[in-house]
Amino acid sequence: MCENIYKPYLMVIDQIVEETADVKTFRLKFKNQEDADKFSFKAGQFGEYSIFGEGESTFCIASAPTRKEYIECTFRKAGRVTNALANAEVGDTVGFRGPYGNTFPIEQWEGKNLLYIAGGIALPPMRCVIWNTIDLREKYKDITIVYGARSVADLVYKHELKEWEERADIKLITTVDPGGQTPDWKGEIGFVPTVLEKAGLSSANTIAILCGPPVMIKFTMPILKNLGFEDKDIFTTLENRMKCGFGKCGRCNVGKLFVCKDGPVFTYEEMKVLPAEY
Amino acid sequence: METIKKLIRKQSLEKLFTTLSASRKVYAPVFAADKRVEYKYNPAFAEVTFEHIQSTLSVKNVVFPKVENLMYYTNNKVDSTITDIDLTKIPEVVLWGSHPCDNSAYDVLKSIFCWDIKDEFFAKRLEKLVVIGLACHQSDAYCFCTSVGLTPNSTKGSDILLSKTKSGDYIAEIFTEKGNAIVAASSDLFEQPNNEEIVIAEVKQTFNHEQVTEKLKTAFEHPFWVANSLRCIGCGACAYVCPTCACFDIQDETKGKEGRRYRSWDSCGFSLFTLHTSGHNPREVQSQRWRQRIMHKFSYMPDRNESLGCVGCGRCSRGCPVDMNISEQLQALQNI
Amino acid sequence: MSNIAAKAKELLESNAVQVVIGYEVGPTGVVRPAFVTDSAKTDSFIYNENCLQNLAMYLTKHEVKHFGKMGIVATLPVMRSIMMLISEQQVVSENIVVLGISDDGKLLDFADLSVMHAHIEKSNLGNPTKDQERLAELNKLSIEEKFNFWEQELSKCIKCYACRQSCPMCYCIRCSTDCNQPQWIPVQSNTQGNLDWHVLRAMHLAGRCISCGECGRACPVNIPCHLLTMQLADQTYNYFKVHAGTSQDMKSVMSTFEPNDKESFII
Repeated sequence: MCENIYKPYLMVIDQIVEETADVKTFRLKFKNQEDADKFSFKAGQFGEYSIFGEGESTFCIASAPTRKEYIECTFRKAGRVTNALANAEVGDTVGFRGPYGNTFPIEQWEGKNLLYIAGGIALPPMRCVIWNTIDLREKYKDITIVYGARSVADLVYKHELKEWEERADIKLITTVDPGGQTPDWKGEIGFVPTVLEKAGLSSANTIAILCGPPVMIKFTMPILKNLGFEDKDIFTTLENRMKCGFGKCGRCNVGKLFVCKDGPVFTYEEMKVLPAEY
Repeated sequence: METIKKLIRKQSLEKLFTTLSASRKVYAPVFAADKRVEYKYNPAFAEVTFEHIQSTLSVKNVVFPKVENLMYYTNNKVDSTITDIDLTKIPEVVLWGSHPCDNSAYDVLKSIFCWDIKDEFFAKRLEKLVVIGLACHQSDAYCFCTSVGLTPNSTKGSDILLSKTKSGDYIAEIFTEKGNAIVAASSDLFEQPNNEEIVIAEVKQTFNHEQVTEKLKTAFEHPFWVANSLRCIGCGACAYVCPTCACFDIQDETKGKEGRRYRSWDSCGFSLFTLHTSGHNPREVQSQRWRQRIMHKFSYMPDRNESLGCVGCGRCSRGCPVDMNISEQLQALQNI
Repeated sequence: MSNIAAKAKELLESNAVQVVIGYEVGPTGVVRPAFVTDSAKTDSFIYNENCLQNLAMYLTKHEVKHFGKMGIVATLPVMRSIMMLISEQQVVSENIVVLGISDDGKLLDFADLSVMHAHIEKSNLGNPTKDQERLAELNKLSIEEKFNFWEQELSKCIKCYACRQSCPMCYCIRCSTDCNQPQWIPVQSNTQGNLDWHVLRAMHLAGRCISCGECGRACPVNIPCHLLTMQLADQTYNYFKVHAGTSQDMKSVMSTFEPNDKESFII
């Protein structure tokens, strides 16, 4: 029989973490060992996750490729599929197709400082590359993570933020929007661009990886430029509505580039020449 | 293989058609009750038209059906399962009397479905397709094949191409082994060709597609798109009648615990096509969506798929409720 | 220069409107909508018996509204659509100037909407004769025969939504068929999905359809889907004695309840 490129792997929900009121992280294990054995992916890639009967939804693989035997995804309850996923329980079977898309060129970043900047629900698409580089810690110099959310309750991966905070070899700056803090909040208060500006960071030998809502990107870019980052050293990961994941269904293109094939990872140098179709 | 030329008398066509129909699915054009031309499986030969300019819908559905099941599933929480589609069951189809523009479209579709990873649903259907094309001996004001690098008797995509002679017989050019097998099985119907002249429609070239492609490279922000799409109402008629439009949706449909995942035709003209769950839409208004349609066919595809996303059949313009005439627009784009 | 061209020129020159929506002839000889913003270019406007498209759908289109105040060439169905759009608060009457066209093709001078209202009132507001005759034929059929007729017709549907997109009253930013929680209408185009879609569309237009027939004209595969909405237009009139699109402050027939409403349809 021919290969059916639309046929998902069957996955079992192994663990569910409630990140916030409407965000969950699933750990998924392959139902068939042969699938697990032949599966591999790289940081930055995404997949199509499905609840049979509700359809498919696209998110990045949120776990690191260095962690074998499972993949993780983090999603916010928003549409039909994510609502159905949110109602699923440990032990349930879901579908997964992937990996699709390009990757963060982490080999090229070896020997450099890494500055990760994320806002809100945009940390999950970066979590994979963050853990990937942390797991290969000796290959990189300073690793800095700037992460902001609207409120303390909206911060995802709270247990991991704590772990990163406690590690001496990672610098973590967390911030919440003014008014979003709790009485015992010890992080920063302010928007990501402002916090980034006063963090005293340098662009020397540094790669910036940026992901967040459009308004955050808009105000963060000038700050990165002021710090002297070159366009080719700023990376981001884009999202567009997708169905197939491999450049056929025709909807995720930004100009002539497919987010699903040529992305989702783009440098700012590449993005600058793209039409604003994302 | 080397092209073989034969002659088939008009009175022999019926024999050929009925022979093919007896053992295979033959998809041929007929006039519907409302005078539209539509394709039907195994119609009576008397119904089959040789005089049509263009069917309302293209014949892409033989390789890209408007709904195609991708898999079956049972949704049972812990024990959900999936069942694959048996592609070996796809039947052989003989496409009869389709025009060169439609036949050229299969290469275009292939450049979408089989670039990078191969879509077996499409590939298998194409493999099982035998095309007996019919060169055009008439055209209308909407035809523009000559502007997109084709002619009313282009041979691309045909296994056999029939061209009408002045006396009403047909010259059959056989290009492939698939075509040859059909001729060999009815060899008594084919004669050595005579030198009689064939009748070919005249289609005036109205623009140069290479120049359009060149212009589009820098035309993304041009005011042309808003000015020329004001009357576009944003339906999917153009995409659905088009032989090369291949955009699709994927959906699940369940009854009880059993269901199927299918793909169905979709159109870049719909606002829902690119709408994010958040409410953000990268192509929010119709002018952006009209631009996408032209850009995709005449700029992105030549660049990415090494094919032009248009075969000049003119169906989109004939079918458009508001006369969004694509060849007129391309002429204008060539000169912006 | 035709009367319409002259009137459009005058409106644009005086800046009373920033765009005029009318009809022109395309290069293949087909009549189509035209949008003129430059007072020097109103000569392309024409009017003849082929000017059938209901232009009122453009009054809610983003790029057209964007010009500012709109002048619109309006035959009776367009006038009625405008009334409906105003009554449903989709169009602000101050933003439009109506270039009315009488049944015999003459330019009408509407000083304001009350004049247009008076014109509509004295017009024939039933379904067009040929459609009404076809409906009468269909209504003679048994339920099975009617179902077979529509099943046959709707099997041709390709779900291109030209019927929806061409209708001035289908202005929803997100149509019910585009909502997926739940998925009311199957996305695919099969007989069931097509039937569901056309019934939903017709029901949403009950009491709102102004009998222009645009949906049927727009259909690329010639489904007479306008007969569905016209049948409902006829029935709502029979029940409630109201024609859609006759005044700018009429209440919605199907979502307004009166103590003396007939309830014979409740089983």
